[in-house]
Amino acid sequence: MSDLNKLGLAEARDLLRKGETTSVELTESCLSAIDAADALNAFVHKTPEIALERAKAADARIAEGDAPAMCGLPIGIKDLFCTKGVDSQAASRILKGFKPEYESTVSQNLVDAGAVMLGKLNMDEFAMGSSNETSVYGDVVNPWRRGDDEAALTPGGSSGGSASAVAADLCLAATGTDTGGSIRQPAAFTGITGIKPTYGRCSRWGVVAFASSLDQAGPMTKNVRDAAIMLEAMCSHDLKDSTSADLAVPNFEAMLTGDIKGKKIGIPKEYRMDGMPGEIEKLWSEGAEMLKAAGAEIVDISLPHTKYALPAYYVIAPAEASSNLARYDGVRYGHRATLEAGDGITEMYEKTRAEGFGPEVQRRVMIGTYVLSAGFYDAYYNRARRVRTLIKKDFEDVFAAGIDAILTPATPSAAFGLGEMTDADPVQMYLNDVFTVTVNLAGLPGIAVPAGVDKQGLPLGLQLIGRPWEEGDLLNTAYALEASAGFVAKPSKWW
Amino acid sequence: MLDLTYETPKIKTIAGAKHDWELVIGMEVHAQVSSNAKLFSGASTQFGSEPNSNVAFVDAAMPGMLPVINEYCIEQAVRTGLGLKAEINLKSAFDRKNYFYPDLPQGYQISQLYHPIVGEGEVLVEMGDGVARMVRIERIHMEQDAGKSIHDMDPNMSFVDLNRTGVCLMEIVSRPDIRGPEEAAAYIVKLRQILRYLGTCDGNMQNGNLRADVNVSICRPGQYEKYQETQDFGHLGTRCEIKNMNSMRFIQQAIEVEARRQIAIVEGGGTVDQETRLYDPDKGETRSMRSKEEAHDYRYFPDPDLLPLEIEQAWVDDIAANLPELPDAKKSRFIADFGLTDYDASVLTADVESAAYFEDVAKGRSGKLAANWVINELFGRLKKEDHDITDSPVSPAQLGGIIDLIASDAISGKIAKDLFEIVYTEGGDPSDIVEARGMKQVTDTGAIEAALDEIIAANPAQVEKAKVNPKLAGWFVGQVMKATGGKANPKAVNQLVAQKLGQ
Repeated sequence: MSDLNKLGLAEARDLLRKGETTSVELTESCLSAIDAADALNAFVHKTPEIALERAKAADARIAEGDAPAMCGLPIGIKDLFCTKGVDSQAASRILKGFKPEYESTVSQNLVDAGAVMLGKLNMDEFAMGSSNETSVYGDVVNPWRRGDDEAALTPGGSSGGSASAVAADLCLAATGTDTGGSIRQPAAFTGITGIKPTYGRCSRWGVVAFASSLDQAGPMTKNVRDAAIMLEAMCSHDLKDSTSADLAVPNFEAMLTGDIKGKKIGIPKEYRMDGMPGEIEKLWSEGAEMLKAAGAEIVDISLPHTKYALPAYYVIAPAEASSNLARYDGVRYGHRATLEAGDGITEMYEKTRAEGFGPEVQRRVMIGTYVLSAGFYDAYYNRARRVRTLIKKDFEDVFAAGIDAILTPATPSAAFGLGEMTDADPVQMYLNDVFTVTVNLAGLPGIAVPAGVDKQGLPLGLQLIGRPWEEGDLLNTAYALEASAGFVAKPSKWW
Repeated sequence: MLDLTYETPKIKTIAGAKHDWELVIGMEVHAQVSSNAKLFSGASTQFGSEPNSNVAFVDAAMPGMLPVINEYCIEQAVRTGLGLKAEINLKSAFDRKNYFYPDLPQGYQISQLYHPIVGEGEVLVEMGDGVARMVRIERIHMEQDAGKSIHDMDPNMSFVDLNRTGVCLMEIVSRPDIRGPEEAAAYIVKLRQILRYLGTCDGNMQNGNLRADVNVSICRPGQYEKYQETQDFGHLGTRCEIKNMNSMRFIQQAIEVEARRQIAIVEGGGTVDQETRLYDPDKGETRSMRSKEEAHDYRYFPDPDLLPLEIEQAWVDDIAANLPELPDAKKSRFIADFGLTDYDASVLTADVESAAYFEDVAKGRSGKLAANWVINELFGRLKKEDHDITDSPVSPAQLGGIIDLIASDAISGKIAKDLFEIVYTEGGDPSDIVEARGMKQVTDTGAIEAALDEIIAANPAQVEKAKVNPKLAGWFVGQVMKATGGKANPKAVNQLVAQKLGQ
């Protein structure tokens, strides 16, 4: 069977169970696709030996009739996840050569579910970025192009490697992480599905921390069903993460009925931003129409504190990051600067961190340090925390009023060109997260689903935001939207 | 139970060149919580292990590692709070205190700045017979200890040992209620005693398991009272903090030296700068470690890796119900039940083990006699050989046996001391030893009389002299004791001698 790498998780799973293919075949197909796709710069640490070993083991389990949910399915793992014995450097120079002695809970859950790791995926350094241009490994390239224009486009960020790899069929699915939109924005830019679950669903243990109160892992897949399958495998209550939720993980796939009759879908007026491209506006209306046609009730709602979300996010996330990244000091692991005679501990810190962190990480560490400083704490950090509480309450109020899910655009534009924003004010780049950060601040589940293409043929996504812990319901709404949107476009292979 | 009332100690004043000055002292005591595992990791807290052998991934701040609270440490903090009669906060939270140092792998210490687990309490600090001061506790919070940097193993490198990293400390913060170096030492002694009673800290100052930051300021007489009335620190002098003291003697020296330094500055027309200082015991001076301007900006903020800590009143009540008897209560009870002096009761309740030993000995016996024997004979003997009560060669049952033999007049007090020495060095049951070695006191007046008669008959001249000078009766007593090998009951001998000599 050819082009096995183009399969989704559910399709491949069903073929494996029917004995029509093997995990080794699937894995080899993906490994070949990866080797042929260096131009995309998605996979940065390839692990073919591990992949084939796990694939063989998976085939044996399938033969014995003992196949767990993701048995034999080849996937990619974002470099932010610590994987035992395999380079895990969060796309940063400061963690060059770091091979953890432990496996993150989420990636271990995937191993336990039988998934086959193909390698580690490129990303923005420490997950800080919206275009995958801050990586020490270099930019990731989006497999999509603007028509015949050969200009390289961003896959979005920070999970740009994951998005590009899934969109280009280098793997069946990939893990991502989302602190302010890092799963949903790249999913939208590459025409795939990405869900960030409720904060606390996925363990953060073993995932390199960016902003602890916002970080969540989630799957990036070729369709909603695959997202349901993979999310279930990733979630667990983990005693090693104090913020992990002690809740049973439902069978999400079983909840995909496509029936959303009577569901109330909220359309928040505050997400209608000035200068929003007409195509995005149109897609949003069409999405609402599709859900309505599927039997849902469309309700105009207000989330009044939305406009404060982005500034609050860009205070809270850097504040936490400045502290979380303090451990990268050259003392115990990772990069340490070469010192000159007479250099002391201060010089070791300064040189190591100046060499080890890229400009965007340095910028955020400095912002975070500033907003936590004596005299500025109340004006910035505490105020941002109060805003966060208000944003959370905005959502609680609409859910209490009976809204089941909220429909918004996933991004304010389609994928832009790599390098296009290089000289822009960093705030221009931060605006990419305008529709997604509210969800992280409120700890809610959010999913991006491809819903159309712009006039240049680039994919556009819509976002659905759900009630806390109701990912099953959210996935089902997304499933209905997916069915109505009928998005089938694929990038034409140029790499 | 006796309700003890105390007089307030006299405030120590130091005479400057121009005025008298008073001292105002507040302390932050860091007490290492007795627990097998660290505050946020499962690594062992064993002291003296190979460097970097008690280190979990989270202690080394490996990427992606997360802290998980050790419930036993919370229980110990609550127990400590209850022992200091403090308010327990059912909701508390952890904050990050950010600073860079190689022995702080995370780059921040997890502590409790904004919402500590324990609020206001108090410690009765005794300063000798009937004198004590109540020192208010402001708060107790839990935090991680740092590791150890070693700078003297290599000329070009520093080494770091992370064994202590993440061990749970309680920071016990007092109000500035301590008024002199001796009170400061007495405060530490009392706090240490309570912690050891509670089993929440072993109080080992040598290993650094109990150490103090001492805040010292000076003021003119009368100013402190104004502060107490208003709680306005403006009435007090500027304080300096002397860091990391782990010796009772150095604490007292450092306070004295620091107070004199401040007095000299103020009387010389200068002002004291608020700063952190270190005490150098070799030079007998404190020196500046960092000024207020150089003070770290710790950028405290709530630790997002940990949820707020919520505990239930029922759980606290359960801990309270199972608290051991504490020093103040035990001391009152010893005074009331055993008729001890304040001093003896203090000595015997200094630690749980001594108190328990004493109670075993005193059970069904004279409390005073038991106290005398435990304090004077046993403690004296143990001290001579640097032994501890817990490894006393003489058990409470053995010491009780000796006391019983005295009480029943079977042996004299003098013989009892010999017997104690035998039991201490050789062991054995006291009454068996007395029996086997013929140490029993002769109370049979017939035998004593016979011996006396023999002496009288052999020494007629002495008898005549004694009749004129009654003081010579002692010579006859001595002769009888000699003749009976010291076993004659001295009371009986005295009576008989007086009778025979017609006195």
